[in-house]
Amino acid sequence: MFDSWALTLVVFLPAVGAALLVAVPRRAENLMKLVALATTLATAAVGVAILARFDYGATDTLQFEVDRPWIDVINSRYHMGVDGISLPLLALSVLITVLCVVYSWDHFPEPHNPKAFLALMLVLETGMNGTFVGQDLILFFVFFELVLLPMYFMIGVWGGPNRQYAAIKFFLFTLFGSALMILAFLALYFKGGNTFDIPLLVERGGTIARDAQILIFGGLFMGFAIKVPMFPFHTWLPDAHTEAPTVGSVILAAVLLKLGTYGFIRIALPILPDAAQAWAPWIGGLAVVGIIYGALGCLAQKDLKRLIAFSSVAHMGFVMLGIATLTDYGINAAVFGMVAHGLITGMLFFIAGSIQERYGTREMSRLGGLLLQAPRLAWLLGFCAMASLGLPGLAGFWGEFPAILSAYQPAPGLSEALFRVYMVVAAVGTVFAAGYLLWMYQRTAFGTAKKEFAEAHVHDVHLPEWLAWAPLLLLILILGIFPSLIFRVTDGAVQSMTSALQAIGG
Amino acid sequence: MLENAWVIPALPVLSFVLILFFGKRLPKHGHEIGVAAVALAFVLACVCAVQWVQRPANLEVKPGSEEHAAAPGSPAQANAVAALEEKAPPGSEGGHEGEGKGEKEGEAGEHEAEPIRKPVVKEVTWFDNGQTRVKAGTHVDGLAVTMMFVVTLISLLVHVFSTSYMHGDRRYTHYFAALSLFTAGMLVMVTANNTLQLLVGWELMGLCSFMLIGHWWEERNNSNAALKAFFTTRTGDVGLLIGIAILFFAAGQTFDIADINAAALGGEVSHGLVLAGAAALLCGVIGKSAQFPLHTWLPDAMAGPTPVSALIHAATMVVAGVYLVARLYGVFWSGFDIGGGGINPVALVGGITVLIAAALAFVQTDIKKVLAYSTVSQLGYMVMALGVGAWTAGVFHLVTHAFFKGLLFLGAGSVSHAVHSFDMKKDMGGLREHMPITFKTFVIGSLALAGVPPLAGFWSKDEILLGASSNGYPVFLVIGLLGAALTAAYMTRCVYLTFFGEYRGHGQPHESPPAITVPLVVLAALSVVAGFVNVPGGEWFAKWTENETVLSAGVAHHSFSPFVALFGSALGLLGIAAGYAYYWRNLGPHRLTQRSGAAGTGYRILENKYGLDRLYTDWVVGGIKGPIARGAYWFNQRVIDGVVNGVGIIARGLARFVYDTVDQKVVDGVVNGAGIGAEDGGRVLRLMQTGRVQQYALFLFGAVVVLGGTLVLFTTG
Repeated sequence: MFDSWALTLVVFLPAVGAALLVAVPRRAENLMKLVALATTLATAAVGVAILARFDYGATDTLQFEVDRPWIDVINSRYHMGVDGISLPLLALSVLITVLCVVYSWDHFPEPHNPKAFLALMLVLETGMNGTFVGQDLILFFVFFELVLLPMYFMIGVWGGPNRQYAAIKFFLFTLFGSALMILAFLALYFKGGNTFDIPLLVERGGTIARDAQILIFGGLFMGFAIKVPMFPFHTWLPDAHTEAPTVGSVILAAVLLKLGTYGFIRIALPILPDAAQAWAPWIGGLAVVGIIYGALGCLAQKDLKRLIAFSSVAHMGFVMLGIATLTDYGINAAVFGMVAHGLITGMLFFIAGSIQERYGTREMSRLGGLLLQAPRLAWLLGFCAMASLGLPGLAGFWGEFPAILSAYQPAPGLSEALFRVYMVVAAVGTVFAAGYLLWMYQRTAFGTAKKEFAEAHVHDVHLPEWLAWAPLLLLILILGIFPSLIFRVTDGAVQSMTSALQAIGG
Repeated sequence: MLENAWVIPALPVLSFVLILFFGKRLPKHGHEIGVAAVALAFVLACVCAVQWVQRPANLEVKPGSEEHAAAPGSPAQANAVAALEEKAPPGSEGGHEGEGKGEKEGEAGEHEAEPIRKPVVKEVTWFDNGQTRVKAGTHVDGLAVTMMFVVTLISLLVHVFSTSYMHGDRRYTHYFAALSLFTAGMLVMVTANNTLQLLVGWELMGLCSFMLIGHWWEERNNSNAALKAFFTTRTGDVGLLIGIAILFFAAGQTFDIADINAAALGGEVSHGLVLAGAAALLCGVIGKSAQFPLHTWLPDAMAGPTPVSALIHAATMVVAGVYLVARLYGVFWSGFDIGGGGINPVALVGGITVLIAAALAFVQTDIKKVLAYSTVSQLGYMVMALGVGAWTAGVFHLVTHAFFKGLLFLGAGSVSHAVHSFDMKKDMGGLREHMPITFKTFVIGSLALAGVPPLAGFWSKDEILLGASSNGYPVFLVIGLLGAALTAAYMTRCVYLTFFGEYRGHGQPHESPPAITVPLVVLAALSVVAGFVNVPGGEWFAKWTENETVLSAGVAHHSFSPFVALFGSALGLLGIAAGYAYYWRNLGPHRLTQRSGAAGTGYRILENKYGLDRLYTDWVVGGIKGPIARGAYWFNQRVIDGVVNGVGIIARGLARFVYDTVDQKVVDGVVNGAGIGAEDGGRVLRLMQTGRVQQYALFLFGAVVVLGGTLVLFTTG
């Protein structure tokens, strides 16, 4: 009973919560928060139940599967399921949303309006969860697009001074990719024997002619690469992050970016194995360019939040490099990297938001001496910076190093020499990461406060912040020490995928 | 205890956590936990050492398995691996072959025929990834036991010393927490059975050195030094990461160190691959162990508290690189063909470092910087020793150096505790009367460092020189001898400026309290006696530490050469004599730098540290942080975003056109004609007009659908 309803619940509970919120009277602010919290907690509880009942011995099969007719005319079905690749991301998504509600408790950005803000967050969660469990291209597409609007409004209404531009840029950029993506979906429908069903297409995809595959992959690539975002389609990201309210940035970094990389792993690679082979060197190339380029972008920043945003470009480069190797090692690393980046960069955005709230600025040249004024906050910033630069023993390492490692020996058929060059470039990227993160830390945390803030009374981390951050901090540490917590979930699914890839593509 | 060696690194980790969270509330502000944990770790390390010495030696290793491996099936490698995993006694024919081999090589036979102690390996599954099962665990052999002993001992003394030295510091508790974690990092590294775990310890130390060098981060200089240390070692780490990746695949998808060594020596892996792996790892060593040309961070690291310098220089951090070479010796041995003589990168890097750092030590006025360059130079000796095939000598020098360099740094700390300065020329002089214990122990340390017999430094340095001369590396023998003379001379200068002449500082300096002097005395005693552990005739140290990798590589042993020993100590004494003549007797060319242009130029080159700092800070880092990063960002904002915004503007123009001409004149006419209320129509239009987004979206989407329709038709057709 539960098994057949679990995914529907985890996807649509937040939407129900959003509808309930709309009914709450405008003045009852606490009630709104409670409704939102209860909804996200209930969703998370379903998520935990899924985690508990998941069969870890069979991570390569779809579990909690639902498969019902939906839109008969186009053969689209209401097909949902989780396997080892989607499970960690689904868990990440339900966790982050709860924490965002907790953090928002008394942090509502101007122009306040908690009802709309929370409702948007819940709609966003429906979209995110749906994307991770959808096993039908149309269903996937609907959820994939569903996240656009709430995020657009979050940036456009609650954002910073330049919010209009950032929101429109985010919206149009992503929409442009989506348009090409839906095209590719249509092509798959016709080429794959009139079906949108992902597992079915995976079986049939290999039979599509190589040239057609490459073309279709191009459409998917545009859709997903913009979302990731990969160089050179990344310019919407720094603007969106800089302008978005804290919670918006956190969700954007922690979950939304993963929709793109997830799309590559779930749809583009397994359905179009020949095209994946052909595209992989280009993807890998753009990925390592992104690693260095994103890092250079970071080094040029004066704004703390914009720096973190650029660091996302670099980190997602590692994820994409792992994916481009088409090896089990690389893709395992990619999934780990997605979760780790979600936790770490999410945390960094939280801290950046709290710093802005305390000082009213994110200009690093005006900050300094955080360790003296708010030592706990500064320690947390240092911890996350270390995690972000890939210190072994913390979560970031397991996304970064295995990706570098896997590039040494990419899947058969890919140029070893080329990928070894990528490996070296990516490894050099780790020095750059240390550079911009520690330099950022030096400017914000070390030294003494600048004159304008010398007398300021700065509140150290307070309770809602602890509550929202503790799970992330613990997970960064625990996953860093016990990487098998994720690897054992993803490994089976990834292995069966890559072996199929090689069987067809090799 | 050997089975449960994981407890030893776990203790300081635990202490770190406890100090961090509860330290401030404790009566001693956390140092009691740190001292207790490290003391316990030291006791356990001693237990390990005793058990190791008592362990029956019943593993026979064939030397020179490179030749054997050419035979089908590579029995050498198989044996080595089997022996490790199953702890089964290897086939007797292996030992027999080994003896035969040994006889042919004459000198080398004596030790290789002797069985060694089997390493104690304990592993648990860490994670599965792809086809690989990665196991975490401890690999305890003589090398690991030795390192555990040295690390915990030095760390314990540093902890005790710090309770007095750091008394009243603004971040006393954090200091002890970081000290614990630092110790833990090194212990994790020396007990690691796989390269990933080794990397964890390695980077953990990088983090702790960052925290401790930048301990007084209010001043910009200190945080700059901390960043510099982290960046420089991290630059070397690029090589380490790549090296681990190469060796992972070279050894057949494993991180296991024993397997990697066996594979590298087994001869089945292509030489090019092992060479690439060794070269990459060497980059990591150069960064971490402050070898030329990445040695520049170490003198700056003096910005940290002095006991930390003692810990970094004697037992952790910088010796990690040397340890890496010693641990993965199979890779270096076969990659660089160390057994073959000639010149190889490891020996070369070490040799260059010996001399350039020793020269720099002469122009320093800061007592800690003299010692820092001295460490760089001595690390050069260790690396050079490993590079010329004198494995045991390199490791032995690591141990003896830990004692006397730890002693010297703590001595410098004791001095600065009294005079509140590190400047030898301005604030010291004549301290031998005021600080007798510090003076005596410091002199012992200096003599040991200078290689005066029979102190510890003499024995280990002698073995390095012996190895260089007997293994066919005459160039490095000369470098070693020259370095010995320089070392003795700069230490004489240092002792003179600090303890002799007139006191030039302020106030009345006093001898330090027992928490400071007791560690000095302990280390001084060790600096005197430690050398006898591997005295010719006994060579217990070699028997305890030499492991399977070293023996199966066929590292040569040489009997004591009075000639080399005499030469080595004579040059050391000569250096001391020269220093004595120059400073005490005022002989020799004083004020040469003012009188001679060439000498002045040389002095300035040394003062500018060969210009390397300027090259790195101003050109490399400054270049990347400045013009290159700004250029990339300009490209981002102007070019890429320019295109994006351009597309947006064009789309808007097109939309405007569509709206004005098509929509208003054509569609609207139809709409109105169809009889829909004017009000409704107007509202819809107003919405479209003001809601620019919808307009864009519609336009974009429409265009793409048209495009897509064509595409679908095209591909299906």
